[in-house]
Amino acid sequence: MTEGGSTEVTGRGGFLARLRAGLQRTSAKLSESLTLLVGTRTLEPADLDALEETLIAADLGPAVAARITDRLREARVVGEVDLAGVKRIVVEEVTAILAPLARPLAVTAFPRPHVILVVGVNGTGKTTTIAKLGHLFQEEDYEVMFAAGDTFRAAAVEQLKVWGERLGVPVVAGAEGTDAAGLAYRAMEEAKASGRDVLLVDTAGRLQNKAGLMDELAKIRRVLAKQDPSAPHDVVLVLDATTGQNALSQIEVFREVAGVTGIVMTKLDGTARGGVLVAAAETFGLPIHAVGVGERLGDLRPFDPRAFARALVGEGA
Amino acid sequence: MFESLSDRLNAVFDKLRGRGALSELEVRAAMREVRIALLEADVALPVVRSFIDRATERAVGAEVLKSVTPGQQVVKIVHDTLVETLGAEAADLAVDVPPPAIVMMVGLQGSGKTTTTAKLAKHLAEKRRKKVLMASLDVNRPAAQQQLAILGEQAKVATLPIIPGQQPTDIARRAREAARLQGFDVLLLDTAGRLHVDEQLMAEMEAVAAATAPHEVLLVVDALTGQDAVNVAASFTGRVPLTGVILTRMDGDARGGAALSMREVTGKPIKFVGTGEKLDALEPFHPERAAGRILGMGDVVSLVERAAETLDAAEAERMAAKLAKGGFDMTDLLAQFRQMKRMGGLGVLASLLPGLGKAQAAMKQAGVDDRTIGRMEAIILSMTPKERARPEILNARRKIRIAKGSGTTVQEVNRLLKMHADMATAMKRLKKMGGMKALAGLFGGGAEAGAAPPPGLLPPGLPPGLGGPGLPPGLPGNIRFKR
Ligand SMILES: Nc1nc2c(ncn2[C@@H]2O[C@H](COP(=O)(O)OP(=O)(O)OP(=O)(O)O)[C@@H](O)[C@H]2O)c(=O)[nH]1
Ligand SMILES: Nc1nc2c(ncn2[C@@H]2O[C@H](COP(=O)(O)OP(=O)(O)OP(=O)(O)O)[C@@H](O)[C@H]2O)c(=O)[nH]1
Ligand SMILES: [Mg+2]
Ligand SMILES: [Mg+2]
Repeated sequence: MTEGGSTEVTGRGGFLARLRAGLQRTSAKLSESLTLLVGTRTLEPADLDALEETLIAADLGPAVAARITDRLREARVVGEVDLAGVKRIVVEEVTAILAPLARPLAVTAFPRPHVILVVGVNGTGKTTTIAKLGHLFQEEDYEVMFAAGDTFRAAAVEQLKVWGERLGVPVVAGAEGTDAAGLAYRAMEEAKASGRDVLLVDTAGRLQNKAGLMDELAKIRRVLAKQDPSAPHDVVLVLDATTGQNALSQIEVFREVAGVTGIVMTKLDGTARGGVLVAAAETFGLPIHAVGVGERLGDLRPFDPRAFARALVGEGA
Repeated sequence: MFESLSDRLNAVFDKLRGRGALSELEVRAAMREVRIALLEADVALPVVRSFIDRATERAVGAEVLKSVTPGQQVVKIVHDTLVETLGAEAADLAVDVPPPAIVMMVGLQGSGKTTTTAKLAKHLAEKRRKKVLMASLDVNRPAAQQQLAILGEQAKVATLPIIPGQQPTDIARRAREAARLQGFDVLLLDTAGRLHVDEQLMAEMEAVAAATAPHEVLLVVDALTGQDAVNVAASFTGRVPLTGVILTRMDGDARGGAALSMREVTGKPIKFVGTGEKLDALEPFHPERAAGRILGMGDVVSLVERAAETLDAAEAERMAAKLAKGGFDMTDLLAQFRQMKRMGGLGVLASLLPGLGKAQAAMKQAGVDDRTIGRMEAIILSMTPKERARPEILNARRKIRIAKGSGTTVQEVNRLLKMHADMATAMKRLKKMGGMKALAGLFGGGAEAGAAPPPGLLPPGLPPGLGGPGLPPGLPGNIRFKR
């Protein structure tokens, strides 16, 4: 990650504007507590407590919030810190934690197809994210295929088919209730046969505490590996930004059972800030591939840690 | 992973235990821990604040200070305050009005509106004998209307025919007309997911509400929601006349702090909870259960209900007799594993059974989870009856044989043995502390209702007087906080 101007380098200003708009509430609150600090010569413990609470309200979790605030406590010792200085420290903290993890998905598999298995709890945005990723890969001139591996939920297949039609991406699907692993296997055969570069495999949402359903994911992995030992090449966990601390348990279990290799966080266009990513980064260190900022195909953005951190503390421009 | 709420509370109440009286200072110290615990349970910050204030005010009082067992009082006060905040017992839908009663579902994307719409329809049709019509106003998400139509077929509930291209308010009006003309009692309106900051969609929702004057407007919220719950609750409350909240994904392992946030900010009752993807996975909301869950004290009532359904009475008797003698061998452990599996796995059991936190931690450390239970079972099954009764005779040679026989490794055999030893120690301690009767009660044996729960298995500091939340003493009766 580069310094300062990197937020604009993406050339997708809309994202920043939207992300920042989404984070407005946090920003407002954070600025409020930071404004309290301006008039004082040193940072008062009470002000730091207020700041800590702001970070907690951004879903960073009590532990990470305390860590960041402690850093500010030290800053007080050094000397006078103004509002901008405090913000800078918070941005530095968060960026330092997240920067090493920003890594877009890349199509690297040889032989093709590059297989991406998409997993997560119910309703986080898996199917939509698959459509968005398909769109992204198409723009990079890759031949894409979808596998409708959610054979359980009503109209899940239809939902992916609608996206497939819009994109002109073929969708491999079975009847409702077909075995998801079997379908994944067949999809891979078809992707190979038709020379696709990327195969995106949708799965039914499942809560991580349901062992039976989780084992099904392990089975899908095994079946894919039969045709190519290195498949699936990526296992993407889709996290919903509105989810609280339970996201950590989601990452832990999905990583263990489904071999998650990276994260996409959706719904960052709301007021939820997804602060849990900070704790997740520290605990698990999984790459963050992209963020979802809306329901349309174009609403997927590369994860930009500095922009994320800056928006979190309400830094302008 | 973060410390669980019950562990924290245990730590707090450990400290408070055995004192004659509680000082204000001590209460505040305890409340600081409660605060962190609530935050980790995803209760929204402003809600945590007001909750702690209320609980502190009630705890720091003459009555408490004079009390003989103050630690007990604090637990009770926290719990009672929580139950109060969570609100009155479950209220069903207000659909006994001149037909058609209109029920509108609203909420963020993916919160579970469409699924819950179908669940409610099924509930109203089957339990309340209503003639129900469902209509999807979701013109955004691909195949959303089709999803509801399929669910309608599954639930055997009528859905409004889809007219492609029609806009939400028009669909709503058409649905109301259809319901009126065709004599439906209830019309359920599923709407598209929307973010509360999306002005256009929020306005659309207002327009639909204005056009249909719904009798119920239900906010569907994911139980996994974090701090954002307050923003969501406040914004939706401000735009439509909410009448209630439905919490979905309560079958997950989140503490469900969102329940408290929603209740407090919307001021509306939580009418139902969703506990699965299937259409019958809808339950009334029980504040006591939710409180126990948020506090990590376990959903005792549910556990007992489920246990009553799944426990094998004969096996329970045997277990009780065994425990009374103080033995806990491999055969008992095997029975435990099987019971856990029947009761919905380790995850469910652990989240339901209070005080099992430590045992669960031990098991987790030993690598036991739902997936490894099968292997553990296999290990025990590969032991001879003598080995099962006296695991201490297992030498290296025997272990190798057992590992081979069960398709596991000696390491795994050792882990199982260590876990068994830990559990046996816990049982022994329990016996010394005189909690045998109540423990037997847990397994369905002959304990009398109201027997003292065994201190060892309870969150320490949750003393016998509190009865209920510790262990269900005697199945299935008398499992509440004494008031
Ligand atoms: N605002 C917003 N909505 C999103 C985003 N990503 C997905 N959604 C919406 O969230 C809802 C659920 O998305 P899906 O893609 O169906 O989620 P899923 O994980 O496939 O759901 P299941 O398959 O049922 O588990 C839909 O209404 C999507 O339009 C996002 O980044 N922002
Ligand atoms: N485990 C579990 N899953 C649920 C529950 N309620 C809904 N779901 C699942 O959550 C996912 C999303 O549910 P939907 O009903 O499509 O959500 P929605 O709010 O209509 O979504 P949008 O219309 O896209 O906003 C689906 O996979 C459902 O099966 C529940 O109580 N428990
Ligand atoms: Mg899906
Ligand atoms: Mg829906």
